[in-house]
Amino acid sequence: MTLNLKNTFEDVGNATLFAARFFKEVFIPPYETRQFLKQCYAIGYKSLPLVAITGFIMGLVLTLQSRPTLVKFGAESWLPGMVALSLIREIAPVITALICAGKVSSGIGAELGSMKVTEQIDAMEVSAINPYKYLVVTRILATTLMVPILVIFADAIGILGGYAGINIHGDVSFYRYITKIFQSLEFLDIIPATIKTFFFGFFIGMIGCYKGFNASNGTESVGKAANSAVVTASLTIFIIDMLAVQITDLFF
Amino acid sequence: MLNEKENTGTKTKADKKTAIIEIKDLHKTFGNDNHVLKGVNFTVNKGEDLVVLGRSGSGKSVTIKCIVGLITPDKGEINVFEENVLELKKKELNEMRVRIGFLFQSGALYDSMSVRENLAFTLRKHKRDLNADEIESEVLEALDNVGLSDAIDKMPSELSGGMRKRIGLARTLILKPEIILYDEPTTGLDTITSREISELILDIKHRRKTTSIIITHDMACAKLTADRIIVLKEGTIQAEGTYGELEKSEDEWVRSFFE
Ligand SMILES: Nc1ncnc2c1ncn2[C@@H]1O[C@H](COP(=O)(O)OP(=O)(O)O)[C@@H](O)[C@H]1O
Ligand SMILES: [Mg+2]
Repeated sequence: MTLNLKNTFEDVGNATLFAARFFKEVFIPPYETRQFLKQCYAIGYKSLPLVAITGFIMGLVLTLQSRPTLVKFGAESWLPGMVALSLIREIAPVITALICAGKVSSGIGAELGSMKVTEQIDAMEVSAINPYKYLVVTRILATTLMVPILVIFADAIGILGGYAGINIHGDVSFYRYITKIFQSLEFLDIIPATIKTFFFGFFIGMIGCYKGFNASNGTESVGKAANSAVVTASLTIFIIDMLAVQITDLFF
Repeated sequence: MLNEKENTGTKTKADKKTAIIEIKDLHKTFGNDNHVLKGVNFTVNKGEDLVVLGRSGSGKSVTIKCIVGLITPDKGEINVFEENVLELKKKELNEMRVRIGFLFQSGALYDSMSVRENLAFTLRKHKRDLNADEIESEVLEALDNVGLSDAIDKMPSELSGGMRKRIGLARTLILKPEIILYDEPTTGLDTITSREISELILDIKHRRKTTSIIITHDMACAKLTADRIIVLKEGTIQAEGTYGELEKSEDEWVRSFFE
């Protein structure tokens, strides 16, 4: 038990050092622009379909589920605003981040883990190429940038899903639906929600890279790295979300 | 410089030659009680091919990984090109690493890149003034050296074990290293392919005047390439000598390698 606790603290310490190295190396040229763009494509573009489907379903389901309650209070006209608010503030960021933890973080963990196990990372190191810079910095940058974009995309698709949900029961014009949403949305709803998605993105990339980079020898450790990346990233997302809510509550 | 061409047969003495790699009292422990290296001492002279024998897990790979700074030893001294590797700054270490080629046991080809990219990647990172045509021609030349020009567009997953080793070698050679460290270059290959690789190692030595350390279990490879052999046992050097000398060693355990 004490050993377990010691290991956990050691792991957190190492991960912190690993993350700190990112801030040291990200500003030093030469920049791996090509590799960065490639990662953006792999991480961002390839996650679009998954994010789109879940976003749409979330919007639709949320509308259908909230409707009866609002109808009971005769507040049906609040439905678009309420759905949009929950989507933008909470549901879209967290669900998208969780999807990325499952898809991206584990993918990075497995990829770097297998590179580690097959000595490809060592091979870079001995040919005097900085593997951290080439592999890690580019991936963390890409997730930090792509996750917020995916979240905004999920917001939009979710709102579309909400529109579909409303039209199951009645006929509301799209224009009226959007106007209702913008009436109830405030600038302050969007800013904190967007800021936290950058943190989600950073940690999704960082945890995947850390787990992959520290995979021990043997092929089974690749699976372990991927699995542990998902678990740790998901948990971290919830913790960040909780902190973000507290902080937002304090200041706004 | 003149004496350095002579090889097999004569026992090499450190005093007449320039030591390129010097290892003194190297210790390494993994975890709490896996004491792998317990005071390893040896020297490799300029132009010499040193073969390292030893059972699996005796710390051969750990030793050569210490030389390039992949593993930091607990104690000891490593001098390469008359500089102490353990005291180098990151930048200086990297300058030294460019002068040392390392062939990994598995080949360690970059899975996500084609053969061309594998070779060009290393080159591009170090010779930023080369244009695309020059890189292409250097890549072709390197592949030609190992006799695999037509594999240029293949992915590593499409290559056989022997081809992977050779492409790995081509990638190592592309920076024109002065020292090459081979980690089991022929393990897992059939006899004929093993022989081809061994001949390639010999050929590289003669053409490029490189200094090498070759870890192997393959006695045919050792016989062909070794100027001198050291045998690692339980974390120290158990025996040292030419192929001929060790073959007739008093120590039965040493002799057993040659049977
Ligand atoms: N990075 C490492 N972490 C922990 N133990 C290691 C590491 N590298 C090697 N070892 C241990 O060191 C010992 C020697 O390994 P190695 O040098 O690879 O043997 P070999 O002589 O077969 O090349 C083995 O017991 C191995 O488990
Ligand atoms: Mg080995």
